[in-house]
Amino acid sequence: MDFDLMITSFPKLLGATVITLKLLSASIFFGLFLGLFFAILRLNKNIFINKFAYGYSYVFRGTPLLVQIFIIYFGLGQIEYLRSTVLWVVLKEPYWCAIIAFTLNTGAYTSEILRSAFQTIKPGIIEAGKSLGISNRIIFYKIQIPIAIRQSLPAYGNEIILMMKGTSLASTVTLMDLTGVAKYIISTTFKPIEVFIVAGGIYLFMTFIIHNVIKYLEKKYSFQQ
Amino acid sequence: MELLAFGKTGWGDELFYATLMTVAVSVTAMLVGFLFALIFTPLKLSKYKTLNFVGNFYTTVIRGVPELLVIYLFFFGGSGAIMYVASIFGYYEYIEINAFITGAVAIGIISGAYSTEVFRGAIQSIDKGQFEAAKVLGISKFVQFYKIILPQMLRLAIPNLSNVWQITLKDTSLISVTGLVEIMRQSYIAAGSTRDPLFFYSFAAVLYLLLTYISMKFINKLEVKYTRGY
Repeated sequence: MDFDLMITSFPKLLGATVITLKLLSASIFFGLFLGLFFAILRLNKNIFINKFAYGYSYVFRGTPLLVQIFIIYFGLGQIEYLRSTVLWVVLKEPYWCAIIAFTLNTGAYTSEILRSAFQTIKPGIIEAGKSLGISNRIIFYKIQIPIAIRQSLPAYGNEIILMMKGTSLASTVTLMDLTGVAKYIISTTFKPIEVFIVAGGIYLFMTFIIHNVIKYLEKKYSFQQ
Repeated sequence: MELLAFGKTGWGDELFYATLMTVAVSVTAMLVGFLFALIFTPLKLSKYKTLNFVGNFYTTVIRGVPELLVIYLFFFGGSGAIMYVASIFGYYEYIEINAFITGAVAIGIISGAYSTEVFRGAIQSIDKGQFEAAKVLGISKFVQFYKIILPQMLRLAIPNLSNVWQITLKDTSLISVTGLVEIMRQSYIAAGSTRDPLFFYSFAAVLYLLLTYISMKFINKLEVKYTRGY
C-alpha cells in the first residue's frame, strides 16, 4: 500500500471533483425541467404527443449513456450544416456535449418518475379542488405538481445518485473529471488500488451526502406530520 | 447502406459478431453477479453484525462508485493481483488476463451488488409465517429454501431482476475502454476508419434498443410463468 501516493493524489482528485459536481448540478437542473415537460406530455390525451414522449424516454432509457455522449460529441460534429450555425459554439466543447447528453438522459428517467407520481395522485384530491371552484391551472400547479414532487422524492434521489455515477463517462470525451484524473494517475503510476480507494471514497462521500439530503427532504415534506 | 454490407466491403458482419459479444459478456456478467448475490445475500440477512457489515460494505461501495472506475480498477489492477497470488505459489512469469474475463468479472461484481439487493428485498417480503410453518412441519433448511422460499421469491424478484439485466446490458458498453470488441468498440473502430461516427453510433444505439426490446419480451414471458396461481 502506497500511502504517499494516496496523500499526494488526494488534492488532485479533489480538484477534479469540482468538475464532476458542475456537470452533475447542471444536468440535474436542466434534466428536472426536461423531465417535468415530458411527464406532462405523457399525460396528454393526444396519442401523437403521448407516443412522442414515450418514444423519447424509451430510446434514452434503452441505450447506454456512453452511446448518447458519443453520438452528441463525435456524431453531431459531422453534420456540415450544424458547424455553420451558432449551435456549433456549444457543440464543439466536450463540456457542453457532456451536459447535453446527461440532461437528455436524466430527463428521460425523471419523466418516468414524475409520470408515475402524477398517476398515483388520488383523484379525490383533484375532485376536492374542483368542487372548491379552483381553476384547472391552479389545481395543476398548486396541488398536483407539489404532491407529485413529494411522491417521487425517493426515486428521484436514486436518479441523482445514478447521474452522479454517470458523470464519470465525461472522462471518455477528454474531460478531466474525478474519474478522468483517477484514470490518468492510475495509468502513470500503475497503482490502481490506492487511487481507487481515494477516488471511490470521494464518490461514496458524495453518495452519502445526496442520500441524506433526500432523506431529510422526505421527512420535511412527509404527509404525516 | 453499403457501410453495413457483410464481407470485406462493409461492417455488417463485424457489427453482428460484436453484438454477439455484447450478449455473451452480459450473460456471463449476469451469471457472475448471481454467484456474488448467492454469497452476499445470506451475509446481509445474517444475524451476526460482522457478516452484515461485510454484505453492506459490498453493496454500498459498488453501488456508490461509478462503474467506469470499477472497470479501470480491474483493467489496470487485474493482472497485477493475479500475478501477486501466483507469486505466492512460486510462479513469477507475466500473466495477462483476457479482456473478456476482466470485463465480465468487473461488470459481474457490479451486477451482483444490484442482484443482492433484489434478492434481499424479495426474501424479506415473504411472509414470516411461511418460514415458521416450514419449521413447525419439520422441513429441513435446505428443502425449506429450495421448495418454499425460492419459488415465492422468484415471483417477486423477476421484475426487479429484469431491471438489473437492463443495467448490466448497458454497462457492458463501458468495457469498450479496455479494448474488448463489443458493439461500442466495433462502432468506434468503424467510425474511425470511415469517418462516419454519426451513422455508426446511431446504429449502435439501435442495436442496444433491439437487445433491450427482445430481452423485455422474453422476461415478460418468464414473469407470466412465475406469477401463475396469483
